[in-house]
Amino acid sequence: MRTPRTVDGFVLLAAPALVYLAALYALPLVLLLLKSFNAKGSFPSIAGYTEFFADPFHLKILWRTVRVALLTTLLALLLAYPTAFVLARARGFVQSLILLALVLPLAVGVIVKTFAWSILFRSDGLLNKTLLAIGLIDEPVRLLYTETALVISAANVFLPFMVLPIYAVVRQLDARLPEAAATLGAGPVFCFFRVIAPLTLPGVIAGSAFVFSMAVSMYVIPSLIVGERSQTLSMLIARSYLFLRDEQLGSSISSILLLIAVSVVLGSSWLLRRLSGGKT
Amino acid sequence: MTRLQTSVRALSWVVAAGVVLFLLAPLVLTVVVSFTSSSVYTLPPPEWSLRWYAAVARKSGFWDSVWLSVSLAGLSTALALLLGTAAAIAVTRGRFKGREAIATFAVSPLMMPGLVVGVAMLQFFRQVGLRDAWISLLIAHVVVTLPFVVRTLLAALERFDFSLIDAARTLGMSYPKAVLKVLAPNLAPAFLTSGLFAFLASMDNYPVSIFLTDARNKTLPIKMLQYMEEQPDPTLAAISTGLIVLALAVLMIGSRTVGLNRMIH
Repeated sequence: MRTPRTVDGFVLLAAPALVYLAALYALPLVLLLLKSFNAKGSFPSIAGYTEFFADPFHLKILWRTVRVALLTTLLALLLAYPTAFVLARARGFVQSLILLALVLPLAVGVIVKTFAWSILFRSDGLLNKTLLAIGLIDEPVRLLYTETALVISAANVFLPFMVLPIYAVVRQLDARLPEAAATLGAGPVFCFFRVIAPLTLPGVIAGSAFVFSMAVSMYVIPSLIVGERSQTLSMLIARSYLFLRDEQLGSSISSILLLIAVSVVLGSSWLLRRLSGGKT
Repeated sequence: MTRLQTSVRALSWVVAAGVVLFLLAPLVLTVVVSFTSSSVYTLPPPEWSLRWYAAVARKSGFWDSVWLSVSLAGLSTALALLLGTAAAIAVTRGRFKGREAIATFAVSPLMMPGLVVGVAMLQFFRQVGLRDAWISLLIAHVVVTLPFVVRTLLAALERFDFSLIDAARTLGMSYPKAVLKVLAPNLAPAFLTSGLFAFLASMDNYPVSIFLTDARNKTLPIKMLQYMEEQPDPTLAAISTGLIVLALAVLMIGSRTVGLNRMIH
C-alpha cells in the first residue's frame, strides 16, 4: 500500500532536475519569448514580428528552411523504412554491420560528418571525380553551396534517428501477420497498406518528428555546406546576434523557430497518443 | 512468395546496402584523407604521410580546447546522471500528477533548436550577472546531456521489477543496501549507455556552446569550425579521425558490456 508520504518522497526525487531545468532552461526561453514582444521599449508589441514578415528576404529564408527540413525528412524516411525491415530480419554479421553503420555515425557527431561531406561535394572532390570517371557528366558540376547538397548531407546526419524508431516498431511486428492476412484473402499490396503500414506508423511519426525538428533548426550543416549564399533561419539567428547585433530581429526569429519546434513535438506526441488509443 | 514480394524484398536489401555505404562513406573518407601527404584533398592520396597529425599539435589552442571539451563532457554527464536518474525513478515509481509532463520536459532539449537555447541562456546569464564562460558552458551542457540519461533510464526502470527490492528487504537487507545491491547492477547497462551517448553529445555540441564561449574557453567543435574557416587543410581530417577513433572505442566498450542492440533502446 502506498501512503501519501511516499508519494511526496518521489516528488522530492524529481525536484532537483525539475528546478534545474525550470530555472536554467525554461525560464531563459520564456524570457527570450517575452523579449520578442518588446519592440523599442513598448511592451507588448508585435512590431518585431510584423517587421520580420514584411521583409520578402526573411520570408524566402523561412520557406527555404521549412522546405529543406521537409525534403530532408522525406529522403531520410525513404531510405530508413526499407532499412528498418531489413535490419529487423537480419541476423549475425549483417545485423551487426547495419547496427554499426547506424550507431557509429551517431557517436561521431555532426561536425566530423559535415566536414566529410564538404570535401565530397567540392568541385574537385570525390563525387565529381567519380561522376566524371563513369562518364555521367562531362565537366565538374557545382555541388557544394547547393540545396541538393544540403539535403543529402542533412539526411545523412539524421538518418539513424529515422531508422531506429521505425526499427523499434518493426521488431515487434508478428512475423505471421502477412501470412494471416494472406489466409484471410488479402493480397500482398492490401496486406502492406492495411496491415503493415498502419502498425509501423508510430515509428514513422516519431522518426519524422525527430528528424524534422532537428533539420529545421540545424546550424552546423548549412553553414559548412551552403554558407552565407543561402541562409536558413538558424544562420539568420546567429548572424543577427553575432554580427548584426540586432537582438530584436534575433529574438523574433528565435521565437518563430521555437514555435515550429514546439508544435512539432506537441503535434507528434498528440498524434502518437491518438494512434495508441490513449494507452500511453 | 509472389514475384512482387520477392522484388520488394530484393529492393529493400539494395536500399539497406546503400544506406550502410551512405552512412559509413563520410567516415571512411575522412580517415583516408587524414593520411595524405598532399595539402589538398585528392583521392587516392598521392602518398601516405602522418604530416597532418604532426600539424594538429601545432594548431594554436588545440589541446586547451580538447581538455575543455573533455572536462565539460565528463562533469556534465556526471551531473546529468545524478539529476536524471533521480527524476526517472520519480517518474516511474511516483504516483503524483504530471509525471508524463516531467518526462517530456526533461527530454525536450533534444528537440529544441540548440541555437535558440544558447541565445536564451546567454541573455539570461547576462541578466543575472553570471559572466564566467566555463560555468555557463557547464550549466548548458547539463541541459544538453540530461535528455539522454532520462530517456534511457526511463526505459530501463520500466523493465525493472521493483518487487525484487522488497524481496531483498524481506531477506534482511536494509533499504539502501537493497537499492545498491539489486537496483544499481540492473541499471548499470543503462548508466553506461546513456552516459556514453551523453558524453559524446556534449563533446559534439556546437549550437548551444557558441553563444557561451569567450576567447579563453573555446570547446573543440568551436575550435574545429574556426580552423575550417581559417585554413581548410587535412589537419581537420586528422582531428576528425581522432574523434572517430574515440567514438569507435566508446562503442567497443558499450557493445562488449551491453551489446549494440541493447545500446540503442
